[in-house]
Amino acid sequence: MADRQTSGAAITFENLEKSFYKKGTGQVKALEGVNLDVPAGTITGIIGRSGAGKSTLLRMVNGLEQPTSGTVTVAGHDVGRAGAAELRRIRRDVGMIFQHFNLLSSRTVYGNVALPLEIAGLPSAEIKPRVDDLIARVGLEQLSGRYPAELSGGQKQRVGIARALATKPKVLLSDEATSALDPETTQTVLKLLADINRDLGLTILLITHEMAVVRDIASHVAVIDGGRIVEAGTTYDVFADPKHPTTRSFLSGITGITLPSFVSHRLKAERPQGHSEEVIRITFAGRHATDPMLAKLTSELGIPVNILAGAVEEIGPHPFGNLLVSVEADRGPEARAYLERHNLLTEVLGYVG
Amino acid sequence: MSANLINMLIEATLQTLYMVAISGLLGTLVGLPVGVYLAVSQRGELLSSPLVNKVLGLVVNAARSVPFIILVVAIIPFTRLIAGTSIGTTAAIVPLTIAAAPFIARLVENAIREVDSGLIEAARAMGATPFQIIRKVLIPEALPGITLGLTLAVVSLIGYSAMVGAVGGEGLGDLGIRYGYQRFMPEVMLAVVVILIVLVQLVQSLGEGLARLVDKRAPRNRGR
Ligand SMILES: Nc1ncnc2c1ncn2[C@@H]1O[C@H](COP(=O)(O)OP(=O)(O)O)[C@@H](O)[C@H]1O
Ligand SMILES: [Mg+2]
Repeated sequence: MADRQTSGAAITFENLEKSFYKKGTGQVKALEGVNLDVPAGTITGIIGRSGAGKSTLLRMVNGLEQPTSGTVTVAGHDVGRAGAAELRRIRRDVGMIFQHFNLLSSRTVYGNVALPLEIAGLPSAEIKPRVDDLIARVGLEQLSGRYPAELSGGQKQRVGIARALATKPKVLLSDEATSALDPETTQTVLKLLADINRDLGLTILLITHEMAVVRDIASHVAVIDGGRIVEAGTTYDVFADPKHPTTRSFLSGITGITLPSFVSHRLKAERPQGHSEEVIRITFAGRHATDPMLAKLTSELGIPVNILAGAVEEIGPHPFGNLLVSVEADRGPEARAYLERHNLLTEVLGYVG
Repeated sequence: MSANLINMLIEATLQTLYMVAISGLLGTLVGLPVGVYLAVSQRGELLSSPLVNKVLGLVVNAARSVPFIILVVAIIPFTRLIAGTSIGTTAAIVPLTIAAAPFIARLVENAIREVDSGLIEAARAMGATPFQIIRKVLIPEALPGITLGLTLAVVSLIGYSAMVGAVGGEGLGDLGIRYGYQRFMPEVMLAVVVILIVLVQLVQSLGEGLARLVDKRAPRNRGR
């Protein structure tokens, strides 16, 4: 077999296509012309809307799905062309965690973490110390004898992570692993993943529909839309200078700030007759975040700006923020064009009369 | 009721238990693997083999559509071949097993199909073989459902076993027909019915208790 070592990449997708055949609708193209390198040792995020092809792409990495054409290479193995036995060996080098955890209800925490080791045929004397170790790593020592039904969502995902690490994989795949968790629990699980990435040097490929997840732990990101990778790079580069509309729309919602209720109650999608104000969301990314653009807007164009809400945060060392403002509706297009010219992202949320 | 009658009731109860236990065991031995295979050989499943699945399904359906009393008589030559005789309590185990196996197969199939497909996916992602998935995931996860299914099968077998008097099989049903009905001894009929009710209740409670014991899905600390 022609094994190929791609230096620096833990996973390589090349000209990957995937079609599904469905009765009635016929052929559905889930992935088209995907080319992507996942750098070894990184946490790489793949973000896209529901149905964009994220899960399909991820499932190619451990051969749960076969490519229609193109190749997926993991640690030098061509996954799509591996035979059944080789595929099972590859899968031991690739751990996976799931949105709904997929824990066996009939097994305790201990039993669930031991399962991949039993499957790999490890002697039982070696299983116990390994499992105890893994359970300690995810902080569940006290719960080793409990059944999944007795655990919270966050605890279940910790079991899922311990189980995925059991066979000492080189790659960890995460399919929306925090999407079923509340924001606080999401943070603790993401922190655990970041710790594992740092301590074990494991490559983590995670898919999500939440930009905040990418912002919080991914050093690299790829944006997928309609089965195609539309943008990829380091998280900072992509956030600081997003090119594709999909990326922009993901970015604009990232801080989750909301309009004050006195505005949102009166907000209309259509511009009303007579005098009205246009409500705009401005997204600041990277190096543009610190420019005093609103002040310039007022001084250079003479457009007064009402600030309604805002937040600035950091992605790594870089500032990133969102502002909700309103301007006189007649001058809205002019103001937005000016801001866009200066590399800020704008989005009209509606009008208030 | 005379001591003689009481002895007959005890003996008939033991005969019923004997027939039900042995045919239940043999029926499970055949029905469990067939049921698992029916579940995993469906199109797109673990051991996808739609044609074999279809044929096996037809055989199971055919066996299930024959009324039990017809089955008992229809397979007399086969019973003689297996049991050496076509009449008596032991011979009755043959048709009882043949009735139980396809029923159990369908109940097991249903229980296996209830298992969350995400668990199969997780096991595949671990590098499990199809056989490992069946043994370590599907059967343990389906165990509560399988236990309830077997309980249902045993209750049905208790009912079927009352019909084997037609081929000289003994047991509670036979006693009820011969003494309670033909010799018109209503107290025997009543005793037989009461014993059958108690047996079914016991089997049902035992089965449900076992199913609860192996079912770890519900929170155990409910109401704490
Ligand atoms: N097994 C399948 N059979 C048919 N269509 C599928 C299958 N899996 C995924 N698809 C289709 O492929 C597209 C991408 O799905 P998926 O990868 O699950 O998206 P995402 O994870 O981004 O929500 C969707 O249009 C979906 O309907
Ligand atoms: Mg998905």
